[in-house]
Amino acid sequence: MKTMKYILSILALLFVSIVPAIAQGTASAAPVISAGNTAWIIMASGLVLLMTIPGLALFYGGLVRQKNVLNIFMKCFFAMAIITLQWVIFGYSITFGSSTGFLKPFIGGFDWAFLRNIKITDVSPYFVSQPHERIPHILFIIYQCMFAVITPALIIGAFAERIKFSGYVLFIVLWATFVYDPVAHWIWSSDGWLYKLGALDFAGGTVVHINAGIASLVVALMIGKRRHYRNSPLPPHNIPFVAIGTGLLWFGWIGFNAGSGLAADGLAASAFLVTHVAAATAALTWAVLDWVLNKKPTVVGIATGAVAGLATITQAAGFVGIGGAIVIGIAASVVCFYMVGFVKVRFGYDDTLDAFGVHGVGGIIGCLLTGVFASPAIQNYSGLLYGNFHQMWIQFLMFLVVTIYSLVVTYILFKIVDKLVGVRVTDKEEAMGLDFALHHETAYTSID
Amino acid sequence: MKKVEAIIRKAQFEEVKDALHEADIDFITYWDVTGVGNEKSGSIFRAKVYETRFIQRRVISFVCRDQFVEPAIEAIIKSAKTGEMGDGKIFISEITDSVRIRNGERGPEALYIKE
Repeated sequence: MKTMKYILSILALLFVSIVPAIAQGTASAAPVISAGNTAWIIMASGLVLLMTIPGLALFYGGLVRQKNVLNIFMKCFFAMAIITLQWVIFGYSITFGSSTGFLKPFIGGFDWAFLRNIKITDVSPYFVSQPHERIPHILFIIYQCMFAVITPALIIGAFAERIKFSGYVLFIVLWATFVYDPVAHWIWSSDGWLYKLGALDFAGGTVVHINAGIASLVVALMIGKRRHYRNSPLPPHNIPFVAIGTGLLWFGWIGFNAGSGLAADGLAASAFLVTHVAAATAALTWAVLDWVLNKKPTVVGIATGAVAGLATITQAAGFVGIGGAIVIGIAASVVCFYMVGFVKVRFGYDDTLDAFGVHGVGGIIGCLLTGVFASPAIQNYSGLLYGNFHQMWIQFLMFLVVTIYSLVVTYILFKIVDKLVGVRVTDKEEAMGLDFALHHETAYTSID
Repeated sequence: MKKVEAIIRKAQFEEVKDALHEADIDFITYWDVTGVGNEKSGSIFRAKVYETRFIQRRVISFVCRDQFVEPAIEAIIKSAKTGEMGDGKIFISEITDSVRIRNGERGPEALYIKE
């Protein structure tokens, strides 16, 4: 009798759990919030946050001289704080919202300003591989917020050690509004004109890296060289910082790339796999190049190589297989090594921490190689290698348009900021170091 | 032989180093020091302003033949001077002998800075 009772209750439990499943199957396929996907994207958002503070802060902070390290940290924290507010006040709305009329493909409207009209139960309008099992809309907002923060933060590397703090703050807010938000709208919004053309940018190779990289080149040229710059980087003050920062960037990039599918599924795992493989290949390639051409493999070298590989695979993470990832990793390090080691020296521009040479150039290679290696085995897109020449052309067009737009608008914004508050610190402040001159703090003190 | 020791602002270090190299002082030693003086300056820590008397400076030091001393002093003054309080000091002292450890050379011949 007792056993009978058990069996009955188990049957009842089974029935209860099966019925909703059947009901779901027959009902119309309205998208729902998936707990699994939500859990992963919350985690991924945290990982991308970690990339800016402290990942990028340590990476850049270690590369500058000790009198400027706190200034780098301050810039990263400030970008995190101010761009987050810009994002929820109007940034998200003009990036992913929709507008009317001829502006629709170019910029969003203000319907979602202050995130009004968005409830916590709303399902994200955006998805990649799972149209039914989606994440909450507000989670999509916070995930994308981290991308909006890190993009202007990457530019810190170009004008490090010599930019005025007020000029920096004004510049990143303007840049996020007039460069990042529109470009992200073109490529990622469902109204975007490049998106409609079929341009492929999985996790932001173009939106983040080409965009910030080109802006870096522009500002590095406009602000001018540091004092005592002699065609070689002034020595990094803390290489373990650089290594820790690179480790955190590599770790955070899992959220950046494997989260960009907005789901916890095979595509996310594939993105993780190719991201990691490309980073490892690029790190190894840079170390070997260092070893052969400069006699010794260096820590700064392998770290730079890893970041170059990560920046380059970003665009392709959801489209290429393992073969593509290895070729992309090698190409990333070879080309970036040449840019940083020879082209920069030849032309003598002071891109202090190689934001252009690594992120910009890496992004461009990734953008074009996505058009070559996109494989129908991963998602339903094929590149040049699988007979789709058209994809290559679209990738090239996207690279060209974003480069020109970023170049022109960054130039205009930087000029405006220079006129309004000025961009360069005085010679004396630069000599004293920005930590003490601008923040009245020093990173390392001899006072016990 | 004379020893020249100068306390300078860290921010002027690059200028001083270049000026000394032009004055044929090819090799200098330097270290960072903290002084406790009367030049008070505010320091902010978690929204509160504290007063501090600690001053960070850099000391450069080299030993050279007598005829190099005056040009070197001139070079340091020209490159380290900002005209404000706290530009630093130069001290010159007599050196009685010097020895090169590698081969036991004595006197001015043992100096890095040759004639």
